[in-house]
Order: sequence, then C-alpha cells, then structure tokens
Amino acid sequence: MAEVLAVEIEGLVKTYRRRSAPPVTAVGGLSFQVPTGSVTALLGPNGAGKTTTVEICEGFRRADSGVVRVLGLDPARCGTALHPRVGVMLQAGGVYPGARAGEMLRLVAAHHRDPLDPDALLGRLGLVDAARTVYRRLSGGQRQRLALAIAVIGRPDLVFLDEPTAGLDVQARRATWELIEELRTSGVTVLLTTHAMDEAERLSDQVVIVDHGRVVAAGSPAELTHGGAEGQLRFRAPGGLDVDRLLLALPDGTVAREMPLGHYLIAGEVDPQLLAAVTAWCASNGVMAQDLRVEQRSLEDVFVELTGSELRP
Amino acid sequence: MTAGAAVPLAALDLRPAPGAAPPGRMLLAQTATEIRLTLRRGESVLLTLIIPLALLFFFDGVGALPADAGRPIDFLVPGLLALAIMSTAFTGQAIATGFERSYGVLKLLGASPLPRWVLLAGKTLAVLAVEVLQVLLLLIAGGLLGWHPHGSFGWVVLLLVLGTVAFSGLGLLMAGTLRAEATLAAANGVYLVLLMLGGIVFPLSNLPGWAEAIAKVLPTAALAGGLRSVLRDGSGVPAADLGILAAWAVVSLTLAARTFRWE
Ligand SMILES: Nc1ncnc2c1ncn2[C@@H]1O[C@H](COP(=O)(O)OP(=O)(O)O)[C@@H](O)[C@H]1O
Ligand SMILES: [Mg+2]
Repeated sequence: MAEVLAVEIEGLVKTYRRRSAPPVTAVGGLSFQVPTGSVTALLGPNGAGKTTTVEICEGFRRADSGVVRVLGLDPARCGTALHPRVGVMLQAGGVYPGARAGEMLRLVAAHHRDPLDPDALLGRLGLVDAARTVYRRLSGGQRQRLALAIAVIGRPDLVFLDEPTAGLDVQARRATWELIEELRTSGVTVLLTTHAMDEAERLSDQVVIVDHGRVVAAGSPAELTHGGAEGQLRFRAPGGLDVDRLLLALPDGTVAREMPLGHYLIAGEVDPQLLAAVTAWCASNGVMAQDLRVEQRSLEDVFVELTGSELRP
Repeated sequence: MTAGAAVPLAALDLRPAPGAAPPGRMLLAQTATEIRLTLRRGESVLLTLIIPLALLFFFDGVGALPADAGRPIDFLVPGLLALAIMSTAFTGQAIATGFERSYGVLKLLGASPLPRWVLLAGKTLAVLAVEVLQVLLLLIAGGLLGWHPHGSFGWVVLLLVLGTVAFSGLGLLMAGTLRAEATLAAANGVYLVLLMLGGIVFPLSNLPGWAEAIAKVLPTAALAGGLRSVLRDGSGVPAADLGILAAWAVVSLTLAARTFRWE
C-alpha cells in the first residue's frame, strides 16, 4: 500500500432530509485522518454521527459536502477498486437470516482471491460451536463476532468496524480485542467506532472524539489523557470544608470541589508543590485528609470535560 | 466460547492479501448458497414443491372440472406448471429478497467484491434450478396419472423462461420497495389471488365476464394458457400469451431496476 493515509476526511457534512420530520445534520464538518497501519477509534455517544461517517467511507452513503478519500480513492465512485481491499463490519445484520454461520463465512471467503481459512477464523473467535447454527438463532454476541470474521476473511488492507464489541461478554470482547491487535501487527489499518472509553484507550493509536457530528478532540490516548501534565487529586475529609478558602492557597487555574459530601477533588497542574500546598492547608486548619491520591485523567474525564455530557451509551 | 477456547488456535496470517475471486467461482458459490437456502426454508418447500403436487392429485381425483374442458389431467398439468413457476420466481423470491434486504444482506454483499450482476445471476440460476426440480416432479406425477404432453418442447421452454423473467421482475419490484413484512403478506396474497384468477385449477370461463377480462391479461393466466395451448392442444406459436408475458417482463424489470433500494 503506497498511501501514507488510509483514510482522509476533510470538512465532511451529511444532513438527513426526511419528508415528515425536520432535517438532521448527522455530521457537521468533520475532519480527521487515519494513518496507514494504525488503529483509529471514533469515540462518541449514540447519535454522534459515527455510523454515518463510516458508511460514507464504505460507499453506502453520499456526503453532502467535504472530501473523503479511502486508500486514495473516492468511495462513492471507486467501489469496484475498493471492495476487495476494504473489510466492512456493519453495526448490525448483513447475513442471510437462514444461513449457517460457517456457511456464510465460506460464501464471503469465496468472493476473495486469497482468503483466510474460515475454520481457523471461526476457532479464533470462539464460533466453532455456532458454525452450524442459522444466523436467525445466533446470540447477539455470536452475530457480532461473525460480522467481524466476515470483515477480515478477505485479508483486506483496511477494515471498518462499527461498534465491534457492543453487547459482547467479557470473553468475547477479549477475543475481539486480541484479533484487532493482531490485525494491527499484521499491517492492517483499522477504523473502529465505539462508545466504550476503555476500548478506545486500550486498542487505538489515535482516538477521535466526536459529538454532534464534530470532532471535539483527537490524539493518542496518552496525549488526550495527560494533556500537559494535568491530573487530579482526591481526598476524604470531614464534609463542608471551605473550598474557596482552600483555593486561595493553591496556584491559579486549579479547580476544587466537594462531591459527594466529604469527598474532595482538586484538578489542575498536579505537581509536588500543589500536593504540599494542599496538605499544608489541611494541617493549618486542623483537617485530617484521608485516602489522599493523585490520579491521571481517564479518557472518560476528558470526554465529559469536552462534551459537557455524561456518556450516553 | 468454551469449545473455541479448548481448540488450539491455528495461526492466522492476517497480513493483507486483498483481491477479488474470479467471477465464475463467485457465481458458483452464490448459486449453491441460494439453492441451499431455498431448500432449507420449510415454507418455501411447501409452497414450491408440495402445493402444486397436492393440487394436481386433489383436483384430478375429485373431477371438479366442467366436462367440456377435456380430460382433467390435460387441463391441470399446464396450470400447475404455471403455479410452480409463479411460486418460485415470484412468491418465494420476493419473500426471501425482502428479508435479505431488511437483514442488510444485500447492503453488505454490495460492499464485498461480488459484482451486482453475479449476485442477480446467482439468484436467477437458483430459481431456475428449483424450477427444474418442480417441473420434473410435476411431469413424473402427471405421467403417473396418465398424462401425455403434445406440442413443441421449444415453445414450452420459452414460455417457462419468459414466465420466470416476468415473475422475477414482479417479485424483485415488491421486495425492493416494500418492507419485508409487507412483502411477506403481499406476496402470499397475490399468490392466492393469481392461483384463483390464473386459470390454474379451473377455467377462466367459470369466472364472471368482467373478472375473466382482467384475469386474461395477468401473467399467471398467460403462462397457464400458453402452456395449455401447446401441451394440451398441440398448437403452434402461443403468440398472444408470449406477448403478454414479455410485456410484464419488460415493465416489471424496468420498474424494479428504477425503484430497488438495496437497504
Ligand atoms: N437514515 C437516517 N435517516 C435519518 N436520520 C438518521 C439516519 N441515520 C442516522 N440518522 C441520525 O443521524 C444522527 C447520527 O446517527 P449515527 O451516524 O447513526 O450516529 P452514531 O453511529 O454515532 O450513533 C442521529 O441523530 C440519527 O438519528
Ligand atoms: Mg452507530
């Protein structure tokens, strides 16, 4: 693969117009890039526009405006060139309701020149027992794993995985994660969507946080969570301390709040001076601080900060 | 998960090696899968294989036909051949395709290296394969009941193929525009109506005049009538019936191609 960027999206806009309802702008000027060979996670709550974005890359939907390049090509016009090279896992469905899991995987394998061994792939994803079960009777988790198998069976350069672990139990989720990690070491580019923070954090080289059809932040998990040595300090103490007076003793830009009663959170540039200032203030006010600890911000904290909303799974 | 975990994991070489298979291999795989899926569906086996045979034996046995219609078996075999074609090419195909559309099968296959024409050709070949099975069963059953065909084999094949195209067009038109559940209901409803208005188990002349006039230009009556004129009466070109079927084929396929939504 010659391209440095497997996917390039610049100023993507997509509005759904329906007869009976007001138009919905699902994607409102989205830009990001997926470097070849990386795993990129589109992270965002339900309705953020993840599926719309991915389906435009897959050629299922047309963008209203903006530029989309997949493996250097326009997905709306170059389907024939792209289909063999791109693996697709839909958010749901995609299999004949009456087809057995193994039968469907072998069918898709027969569409490709040099596919993986279907039985080995079924084994890897824990689907050996389900291989002879018809799709209609597979559990949600089995359907998810079959869809993942279908996406990778043709040994693609690039795979789009729309919510690959939604609704999976712990074991199945781990099997999926391991396969995605192995895709990456094998040189396959992965663009996945998720609303699970830990998944984005664990799997991806790059996280693109989207909300209301826009990118609110992008970077590696480390860049997003460590953003300038930021962190937070937590401790327990008797309820009702005067937080504003505490803040006067701390550097500018620090935030402090009590929530819930007796639990204190201080966010800002966490360094030895800040720690010393907090403990000194407590000591001079006769307050016994317990469970004092320094925490890194999690991706979830970043997300809540940026979107001002709790996760809406 | 348990058995999967117990089996030693075979090494998977996930390194990219993309490429489409040769079209012939894809067509073979699609056709074989479509045939297997059709024969696995209980209701479709009932619809396509059992009902025409059951109607043949029943109506041949009870002698419900008017005396001037000739031997019942000579009337029934062509009619039930038409019913068999309609049930596979129209009813079965509409229902299956409707559900495939609602399950996102057509959408996902549209993103695989499978060209659209191979997908459609696979469906058509599967329909033809099931029809060969149906026709053979009906001919054997007819033979057991003392039936002898007349006329030219070529016209019979042309009628069957043209009927298949017309009914496929109607089935795909329905499956490509209606929701799956609506397609299920409508396809069965149309099947029942055309079974009664198709001149299949009783002659069109038994209908009131206005109904007969409508029924005559419907594809089922054209197929049954054409087959009957060749197989029973030994007549030459069934031109009017071929014309009606060709018109249905052109209109339905044109509309289906214009309106079909893949998801
Ligand atoms: N086919 C559609 N017609 C109308 N609105 C749609 C359609 N698909 C998605 N939407 C709307 O677009 C927004 C983004 O949806 P989607 O891309 O599915 O988000 P996500 O995958 O992040 O949950 C939502 O408000 C959704 O209701
Ligand atoms: Mg989605």
